[in-house]
Amino acid sequence: MKLVIIDYGAGNIQSIRFAFKRLGVKAELSSNAVTIKQADKVIFPGVGEASSAMAKLKESKLENVIPKLQQPVLGICLGMQLMCNYSEEGNTKGLGIFDTHVKRFSDTVKVPQIGWNKIEHLKSPLFNNLKEDYIYMVHSYYAPKCEDSVATCTYGIEYSAALRKGNFYGTQFHPEKSGNYGASILQNFLEL
Amino acid sequence: MLTKRIIPCLDIKDGRTVKGINFIDLRDAGDPVELAAAYADKGADELVFLDISATEERRKTLADMVCHVAEKINIPFTVGGGISSVEDVDMLLKNGADKVSINSSAVKNPGLINELVAKFGSQCVVVAIDAKEIDGQWKVHLVGGKVPTDIDLFEWAKEVEERGAGEILFTSMNNDGTKNGFANKALAQLSDSLTIPIIASGGAGTMAHFADTFMIGKADAALAASVFHFNEIEISDLKKELNNQGIPMRL
Repeated sequence: MKLVIIDYGAGNIQSIRFAFKRLGVKAELSSNAVTIKQADKVIFPGVGEASSAMAKLKESKLENVIPKLQQPVLGICLGMQLMCNYSEEGNTKGLGIFDTHVKRFSDTVKVPQIGWNKIEHLKSPLFNNLKEDYIYMVHSYYAPKCEDSVATCTYGIEYSAALRKGNFYGTQFHPEKSGNYGASILQNFLEL
Repeated sequence: MLTKRIIPCLDIKDGRTVKGINFIDLRDAGDPVELAAAYADKGADELVFLDISATEERRKTLADMVCHVAEKINIPFTVGGGISSVEDVDMLLKNGADKVSINSSAVKNPGLINELVAKFGSQCVVVAIDAKEIDGQWKVHLVGGKVPTDIDLFEWAKEVEERGAGEILFTSMNNDGTKNGFANKALAQLSDSLTIPIIASGGAGTMAHFADTFMIGKADAALAASVFHFNEIEISDLKKELNNQGIPMRL
């Protein structure tokens, strides 16, 4: 199993690397297109602000590489958001993999949402043998419910906690920080 | 539904936990990794590590500790204490910290908040505020509460939010160490006037105090140290009790 975490300078990838290490899998960090294409599984991380993360992705010349990948790809948090068509954050055009627009939470709730919330309506191999449970969320922007939703979460409104289109998966939450439940989701990704 | 968070706080000196930890079943109560793992097992929602080292090697020692914690612990954690630059934060995040907490350095240089937010995002910037109520006025204090200022708590909290911080960790010095409950009136005022989450700190003594700080103080999270370290309150029992009272908890 060759697992590659895309390293484009956006965010804390150490935690993700450690999460896989706890599962007994060594993840390689890479910004090299060939290395990424040859991986069995790819993780697309991201924290921080959307437009600057997208700019870094472009600098790394990876914005055209990611949408063409054939193997299972998992976008986490901002990674997932960048896989959508568009984000209101920084008026950012995304990779266009998931057919939805990322929006900011309304002022009726505290923003950012920080903490543990329940994911529901699970329907993807990512959640094989798993029941609805609590995961760790940290975000100010969200992907609305759409055709690609494979899990939802409610914070003011019901939105996409996870997305899937073909070989592309995305979680708004941080499985690497979601305790043993999150570890099971990552294990499921490894078994895809 | 987003749950309320219970956060144990560990004081760190030279890479080791300090301040009388009285935990059963630990081989080494001074080992931050072992203690963090024990809390995670008991259902802690997050952890805060507060570094109180004063040695020259503190940065390197702290970075090593953060890396060890991140390697073993699968819940989020915040690191605070003596953080005063973008470089400090960069090093801690690179080693696996999820958030950093800044305090005195933010008061001395408020622009640091904006810089950190621009570089790392709001989600990892916690601003800790220590304040004391004197003649009905809440005044911000620096350097672990030792140095008073004329800054008003609520004005500073508003500014912190406007500069982009993701969370505020408010410690009431009037309540800290008393075990008489959190400063719920000030907390509720903060919570009502701001749109970012507020972590309550200072004064936890009983389970009822936690219930009060969520229901009356409208806090989003509650932080405590000694009641957890000395097994006065078991986190798993606390969360069950709060849940029974209708406060959303991750069980």
